[in-house]
Amino acid sequence: MTETLTGAQITIRLLERQGIRTVAGIPGGAILPIYDALGQSTEIHHVLARHEQGAGFMAQGMARATGQPGVCLASSGPGATNLLTAIADAKLDSIPLVAITGQVPKAMIGTDAFQEVDTYGLSIPITKHNFLVSSAEELLEVIPRAFRIAASGRPGPVLVDIPKDVQTQAIEISDWPEPGHAQAVPAADPYLITEAATMINAAERPILYLGGGVVHSGASAAAIELAEKAGLPTVMTLMALGAMPVDHPLAMGMLGMHAARFTNLALDECDLLIAVGARFDDRATGKVAAFCPQAKIIHIDIDPAELDKIKTAHIGITADIGEALGQLLPAVQAHSRETWIARSNALKAQFPLDMTGADNPRSHFGLIGSVAAALDDEAIIATDVGQHQMWVAQAYPLRRPRQWLTSGGLGTMGFGVPAAIGAALAERQRTVVCFTGDGSIMMNIQELVTAAEENVNIKIVLMDNATLGLVHQQQTLFYGERLFASQFRSSPDFVKIAQGFGIAAIDLDASPNPAATLMEALAQPGPCLIHASIDAEQKVYPMVPPGAANRDMIGA
Amino acid sequence: MNAINRNEQNALTRAVLEIDVNNHAGVMSHVVGLFSRRSYNVEGILCLPVGDGQQSRIWLLVNEDLRLAQMMKQVAKLEDVIAIRRHNADHAVFQDLETFFRP
Repeated sequence: MTETLTGAQITIRLLERQGIRTVAGIPGGAILPIYDALGQSTEIHHVLARHEQGAGFMAQGMARATGQPGVCLASSGPGATNLLTAIADAKLDSIPLVAITGQVPKAMIGTDAFQEVDTYGLSIPITKHNFLVSSAEELLEVIPRAFRIAASGRPGPVLVDIPKDVQTQAIEISDWPEPGHAQAVPAADPYLITEAATMINAAERPILYLGGGVVHSGASAAAIELAEKAGLPTVMTLMALGAMPVDHPLAMGMLGMHAARFTNLALDECDLLIAVGARFDDRATGKVAAFCPQAKIIHIDIDPAELDKIKTAHIGITADIGEALGQLLPAVQAHSRETWIARSNALKAQFPLDMTGADNPRSHFGLIGSVAAALDDEAIIATDVGQHQMWVAQAYPLRRPRQWLTSGGLGTMGFGVPAAIGAALAERQRTVVCFTGDGSIMMNIQELVTAAEENVNIKIVLMDNATLGLVHQQQTLFYGERLFASQFRSSPDFVKIAQGFGIAAIDLDASPNPAATLMEALAQPGPCLIHASIDAEQKVYPMVPPGAANRDMIGA
Repeated sequence: MNAINRNEQNALTRAVLEIDVNNHAGVMSHVVGLFSRRSYNVEGILCLPVGDGQQSRIWLLVNEDLRLAQMMKQVAKLEDVIAIRRHNADHAVFQDLETFFRP
């Protein structure tokens, strides 16, 4: 059957065929034809964000929680530029995202038209790929391809810029393209797998180093199985938290700048580092020359450009993590590795994370612990960026891949609230907690009203120290205690603000029994802000000073 | 790289990259953007369509640098790049162009 449809209708139909059921965005002049078509869709629910960056992070929240590409929409000019931060964030954390932007009509491109900006040019360095669509026919190829690119190999954001006249152009359609899905990648080289297995079998002090790629590949179970079979103490990057349950006997926690001392000390002693879906980020390695100085390196990653980028691997394998681990598992010998595991456990016992105050729900660790005590592993834990993020990474008992949503690579304050909304929209059955700070929440606080409008089940735990905590910490430690521009001289009444936006809010400061009040708030369905003051003098410890070796940590 | 004088430039080892790409607006930006954002100067660029015009070939003259291997991997990852090959600096493609580049 032949239908006559506009570019806008084609775009929406292709999204429907792709299986997209929720999109976030904000309309504007140059994307109104698409919004007109979207308004007629009975399959797609549109979430009206209050800032395009919020829409971008909502789409990210959906993608991070489900592993499927998230979709956000914005108009031309400021709509598109407001999306950029969320797109860049997705690029650095390898999150599949399809951003669709309106553009001025083709004939007006390059004339400095109203709300015209070079969206294509601006998005080149922060996308995996981008398109400027020049005809309605082209949409039939571009939209499925955008999804295929976003989801294939190392996932990432794709931007599709659609001029307004392409949206209104009507064409006849008789055949629809297949939706775009992740393409399979070539299998790992069996020879290299054998070499890697030999190296693992021969190692005395190996460590398994898991990165976000393990989560993206859905390979957590395989990674745990490998660790158990070969007797591998396992460290995780910030992005991999949850891949191995924190209380697994082989789990050695998060490595790097804010690792527990025992984690970095074990890495210092290891003779083989098996990096899996990790990219040797500077926050993980510290001074690279001093990172795992005695270790040979096996590096498995789906992106060949990550191999030898920071550290030269003795064996570099380009492959999907799950596939490579599937080959590696039967090739490694079962090994109890008692001496090395006993040594790791001794380090754990001797140099644990200092959790002083964890029994007091008015302390940062106590608050995090009280939230964890009130929830099970089905909950999703999102964070913003700052001290609270690192404390949650250190202390929250994460046990499930995709339980943990955080802005790792770009470190974007303002990520938390909209990402949590997105996760709650995608996974309606779950409670989504967003730990945030008084600095971060202000960077996308307008989305509280979106949370109210959508009645999403998110609990925002606001750890308020009236400072930009990590800046305050670095100025205190490394800039001669010259505190400048890191302390807020005026703070809003966050409880009133949340109520003003139409969501429930409680203040734990005023509660005689904060743990009980917290539990009650977490049990109520719907959005809620939970405010708790914390001590501004508390630091994220231990800490590797910027540029120092991981073994040279300061603080407890 | 702009501060390097002619003598120093001659002393640097060069490499020539041959890149097959899809021929459409924006491909050149994707390729050279990878170099510019790393402050890695491209000394020479040639580009013309190949065959029926669906594809183009880009020739880049670059200074040898520790980052070159990583650069080639990044170029190879681009969606519109079909293939990348590396040649020595004595490759003929840039050598016959001197008459067009006299000061």
